[in-house]
Amino acid sequence: MLAFVLRRLIQAVVVMLAVAFIAFMLFQYVGDPVTNLLGQDATAEQREQLRADLGLDQPFVVQFARFVGNAVRGEFGLSLRQGRKVSALVVERFPATIELAVSAAVIALLVGVPLGVYTALRRGTFGSQVWMTLSLVGVSLPTFLIGILLILVFAVIFKLLPSFGRGDVASIGGWTTGLLTVDGWKHLVLPAVTLSVFQLALIMRLVRAEMLEVLRTDYIKFARARGLSDRAVYFGHALKNTLVPVITITGLQLGQLIAFAIITETVFQWPGMGLLFIQAVQFADVPVMAAYLCLIALIFVLINLAVDLLYFAVDPRLRIERAAAGH
Amino acid sequence: MSKPLLEVNHLRVEFPTRRGTLVALDDVSFSIAPGEILGVVGESGAGKSLTGASIIGLLEPPGRIAAGEIRLEGERIDDLPPERMRTIRGRRIGAIFQDPLTSLNPLYTVGQQLIETIQTHLPVDAAQARARAVALLKETGIPAAEQRFDHYPHQFSGGMRQRVVIALALAAEPQLVVADEPTTALDVSIQAQIIALLKRLTKQHGAAVMLVTHDMGVIAEASDRVAVMYAGRIVEVGPVQQVIHHPAHPYTAGLMGSIPSMAATYERLLQIDGAMPRLNAIPAGCAFNPRCPQAFDRCRRERPDLMLAAGTEAACWLVDRGYR
Amino acid sequence: MSNVLASPAKTSRWARFLDSDLWYSFRHSPTAIAASLIALLCVVCALFAHWIAPHDPFDLATLDLLDARLPPAWIEGGTGKYLLGTDDQGRDILSALMYGSRISLFVGLASVALSMLIGVGLGLVSGFAGGAVDAFIMRVCDVMLSFPPILVALLIDGVGRALFPNAHEVLAFSVLVIAIALTGWVQYARTVRGSTMVERNKEYVQAARVIGVAPLRVMFRHVFPNVLGPVLVLATIQIAGAIITEATLSFLGVGVPPTSPSLGTLIRIGQDFLFSGEWWITVFPGLMLVLIALSVNLLGDWLRDALNPRLR
Repeated sequence: MLAFVLRRLIQAVVVMLAVAFIAFMLFQYVGDPVTNLLGQDATAEQREQLRADLGLDQPFVVQFARFVGNAVRGEFGLSLRQGRKVSALVVERFPATIELAVSAAVIALLVGVPLGVYTALRRGTFGSQVWMTLSLVGVSLPTFLIGILLILVFAVIFKLLPSFGRGDVASIGGWTTGLLTVDGWKHLVLPAVTLSVFQLALIMRLVRAEMLEVLRTDYIKFARARGLSDRAVYFGHALKNTLVPVITITGLQLGQLIAFAIITETVFQWPGMGLLFIQAVQFADVPVMAAYLCLIALIFVLINLAVDLLYFAVDPRLRIERAAAGH
Repeated sequence: MSKPLLEVNHLRVEFPTRRGTLVALDDVSFSIAPGEILGVVGESGAGKSLTGASIIGLLEPPGRIAAGEIRLEGERIDDLPPERMRTIRGRRIGAIFQDPLTSLNPLYTVGQQLIETIQTHLPVDAAQARARAVALLKETGIPAAEQRFDHYPHQFSGGMRQRVVIALALAAEPQLVVADEPTTALDVSIQAQIIALLKRLTKQHGAAVMLVTHDMGVIAEASDRVAVMYAGRIVEVGPVQQVIHHPAHPYTAGLMGSIPSMAATYERLLQIDGAMPRLNAIPAGCAFNPRCPQAFDRCRRERPDLMLAAGTEAACWLVDRGYR
Repeated sequence: MSNVLASPAKTSRWARFLDSDLWYSFRHSPTAIAASLIALLCVVCALFAHWIAPHDPFDLATLDLLDARLPPAWIEGGTGKYLLGTDDQGRDILSALMYGSRISLFVGLASVALSMLIGVGLGLVSGFAGGAVDAFIMRVCDVMLSFPPILVALLIDGVGRALFPNAHEVLAFSVLVIAIALTGWVQYARTVRGSTMVERNKEYVQAARVIGVAPLRVMFRHVFPNVLGPVLVLATIQIAGAIITEATLSFLGVGVPPTSPSLGTLIRIGQDFLFSGEWWITVFPGLMLVLIALSVNLLGDWLRDALNPRLR
């Protein structure tokens, strides 16, 4: 098992290096790196100084190493658009995105899994067909459209919920949270639901497909042949076997959610990293783009690693391989 | 003659498809006495497994029982509501399937699966269930049963797993065990052990066995009586020695003749020309008539029922004519 | 004797198709029929927008500011001249819809086609070459799969914008199509690679080598039929995804150039008018987008189920 973890760690480092390389290329060759670091209003002297400091005449590898060193410390220079340090911007926006993504993930799981089980067990009935159609609609609707429709219904027509921003937020240490105020919650509802719809539909279809596969296996047939009750067969055996791959896949989906948040944050003007990134793309603000890229890659790599470890914890076949080899 | 434990009377199983209805089992009738081992032999596709599935009530839709009845100790079980059938499965009729690897849930220990089965059918508490489970494991010849109790299925070898499956099938003391190709997925060297184990345990627990297989060697080794199936019908049934040495039906004769034996010398192995017909192309009259070397006019027109021959019952007009 | 003796050579290919399980499944699936009809309708609208659309929303000369912000015809204040209402510049929504769909469909289909090309090509190379080349390509696939398509598209688009800040239309479209295409090629590559590896090990390939025939040519003839089914299903499912990705990018302001608005652009413009009550400017383009995506998805779903023998 140690060998496995080591191998995955090495893979993770390789991926991060590759991403850092792409970010580095962005930094150096798209736009001017000096401008990227100093902002647009630097004087000629400052630029000359930095050019010498940066050693822009140094070999490629040295520059790359320097970039990686900076990146690891979170140093990406100044935002071209706002003139502030990129790292400060990102740290400021991070909590908003995380709260949004986690809320959406929770909604998607809490609703998607039961619906998936229901449509698998009641396959072919009218109710399950309705839900399957709805899930197909959920997957076919682009996230931004869902957001707009929700705004139309709940903010414009019924004037029930707010449609932009985060509302009142409280600061705890370095973290800002909207979860401690009613206003914060009200602002969270529409964006979180919007973000969750796609994942919800996906999880529901995944759970259903997995469960249908599991229900066809020999061990389920044997369980029935032993006279176990429906409840024992469905929830004791089938569900457990279904959830093992599902739980790990939804772990990976958390990374997707953080990326999809870009769209939701744009629709609702939610002050998170996604909105920051979009504005950076529109403006060709390279330092911010590079920083976002590296951060997202890091999050993905960490989540992948965590999911792999989770697999180990849950599936006995992987755990006890060592012991079995002796028999 | 004691009352039969299981009676199957004129069972007909159909599969509706968009191109018409396929008849998979056509007028199948046989019985099993308490404690007896009935072998059911035939080629792939002859309907052996379907018969087993119908008996335990796990026929997969769209397949359905279209006619006939199945009686356990005189009561009908083919038309029971699902909940009642569930109480019979495991408790009065046990089942063993072919592949021991996929028959066990990989996420639960062997012990957990045993205890669950025992507690579903018998009113015992956790400690008693555990004791019973360990005893069963010991009975099936699994060494170090106490420790193995907490092991997962993938930690057992193929033969060991099938022993666990047998233990699970017998856990609730059923009167009948339907064993569907229990040794086909195992190494040849293990097969003999498992068959011997099955024979011994069922005798000890007083259970009858319906042993479905395509392997005549297994049949000869284990069964008291044997039924030969062909194209969804039973063509011959009788005591195992009679069927093997004095088969009345030409198909059975061909089957027996095609098995090589160490005792005899052959110029050429006997082979039956042609192949078993597909379900949508079963000939009129006797299903075997196109391939039968002794077919005559009546065979092509009328389908024969099982008739009493010298030592067995066979569905063949030759018996009627007195040639057998 | 048996009735399996109908001579197959005599029935034409058309007759065989009509008798096939696929056509049967299609005929008996109301969703498949409805979906393909809707998809067909949308495609026709888009293809022939030039001739069918009642107005040309991009011809500045025909726009009349006095006609701005008119509601749809069935609401008080609307007219039959502009069936679905107008936007703040007096453009007819219905016509804008049709032209917009054309752009959306074009980008969607072009990117899927490019995606197929890249994916199938790389899959063939990977499967045939094996060894280090194969391992490298598969690693790239793994990494790409773990990144959501939106991010990849945004990144490539962003880089394109930074590199070519004043790009003209053709370049902008190309960047967009490439961006979306690069998000979807991985599935094709994997499928084709699998089939290629299976075929490569077969004896006829080695035999061809011995004779001197280029095994590549021989393999094409045998690999292609095997992968055609899954590739087609993949393509159908991906078209909806590509259309949605393009709409999303345009909505975010980084998709098609503003001179050729797609459905996504229209929706973005319309969002600003939600609170002032002119909901039709955003809702109708949204509905059109959903119709297209949904019908293509339904078709893809049905096709996948129909071609999968295990599910029946």
